[in-house]
Amino acid sequence: MESMNEIKRDTLGALISQGKRGDGRGMFDYRTINVQPGILQNPDGSALVSIGKSQVMAGIKFDVAKPFPDRPKEGVLSTSADLLPLASHLFETGPPSDEAIELARVVDRGIRSANIIDLSSFYIDEEKVLAVYIDLFILDHDGNLIDTAALAAMSALLSARMPKVEEGKIIRGEFTGKVPIKEKVVTCTFGKLGDKAFLDPSLDEEKGMDCRLTLATTPSNLVAAQKGGWGAVSEKEIMELFDISLEKGKQLRALLSD
Amino acid sequence: MVNGKRVDGRGVEDVRPMKIVARVLNDAEGSAYIEWGKNKILAGVYGPRECIPRHDQSLYRAVVKCRYNMAPFSGAEEHGRSGPNRRSKELSKVIKEAFENVIISENFPKTEISIFVEVLQSDGGTRCAAVTAAAVALADAGIPMKDLIGAVAVCKIDGQMAVDPGKEEDNFGESDMPIAFSPRTGEVLLFQMDGNLSREELSRGLELAKNASAKIREVQMEAIKKVYDEPKEDRFLLIG
Repeated sequence: MESMNEIKRDTLGALISQGKRGDGRGMFDYRTINVQPGILQNPDGSALVSIGKSQVMAGIKFDVAKPFPDRPKEGVLSTSADLLPLASHLFETGPPSDEAIELARVVDRGIRSANIIDLSSFYIDEEKVLAVYIDLFILDHDGNLIDTAALAAMSALLSARMPKVEEGKIIRGEFTGKVPIKEKVVTCTFGKLGDKAFLDPSLDEEKGMDCRLTLATTPSNLVAAQKGGWGAVSEKEIMELFDISLEKGKQLRALLSD
Repeated sequence: MVNGKRVDGRGVEDVRPMKIVARVLNDAEGSAYIEWGKNKILAGVYGPRECIPRHDQSLYRAVVKCRYNMAPFSGAEEHGRSGPNRRSKELSKVIKEAFENVIISENFPKTEISIFVEVLQSDGGTRCAAVTAAAVALADAGIPMKDLIGAVAVCKIDGQMAVDPGKEEDNFGESDMPIAFSPRTGEVLLFQMDGNLSREELSRGLELAKNASAKIREVQMEAIKKVYDEPKEDRFLLIG
């Protein structure tokens, strides 16, 4: 399979160097994006998002949990990702892969560092807080799972409702209102091959590219970032891609209902 | 049971509303999405493909593999744990064995056919919905089968046998008996039961399940036909 990647890299390299892409998109265009919020009834929040042929479902569940010892007055936020074996011939059953863990952690960092959820409002009682679980179910893999999953997580959070809590227990099926979300965090992931960068890499492009750069932003600021792959990026490129992220972020936020 | 009606107003022979859409995933070779009551379940099929690890291979037939998995957010109660547990392993096994009966595996020695089922939302009867969706996904993948199988459970409520228990009937009913029929031969390919049934109740239960299977098969056939009658360029999941 390694030889296939080499061939893809050559083909892709020839196209990218001319500022073209395999599917005819511009260098900084997303594929078609679809957002379906609130599609499940059992979880407290949910969404299904597709970017091109990649599809990710996000589910939000609240539980009562013990706070972390260093933050006894704060709720717990936990994000996990499952690269389901039905999503791709490349995925196998078994414990979470490095890729799945990185994916979940990048999505988590964006949400966490932007402080869009007020975790101090999740305090219930001594040694008792609300925990919010964000589960990312990868259903179909055609590249750029980070942006697809981050958008699904954000859409699911925006659809989520606060559970009713009585005597330290969650009353399932009863809610006290929407989960307060301060801001919409979105991620833009770029691929890089040679000296050219491009937005929203497809799976073929991911196989051929040198590296990947993900920037998670609020409408004005950078809140999380992740570089992946062996290639390198320059300071200048980071600044340029940051500007593009803020611009493209508007497009992504417009897809997210309040 | 009040006046022969169940908690959700159904009669004893009524199956909950069911919708199946085939070919909803891009990478999987066959796929199907089922909504059955409030169940929302996705099935994907790969194969025949090289069987890995090689010591699982058979020189005579394709090895059928199955993974039934519940999303941690699928239930109405607390957040679940991800990954396999004792229940999901048992269900994976009985589902796999039902399909081993109908897949013409002799055609593909040394290969594997993998069935993956993801329960996105559960509402009682997920294993039956899993079998029903997986059969459509296998057909969509073009895997040769002797029959298109479907499954349904029967239960006993207030001493009366009824088909397709919902979540409450499943939790508070007196018996639960999931059954997969091969409609062509009338043979039973998946059979489990817990509870307490008399000879008459058992016989009535089997009859109810068989009648319901015929209705389920119609919904399955519709879903498969639709893939060819209304071919689509984009495959994606629409949750309704």
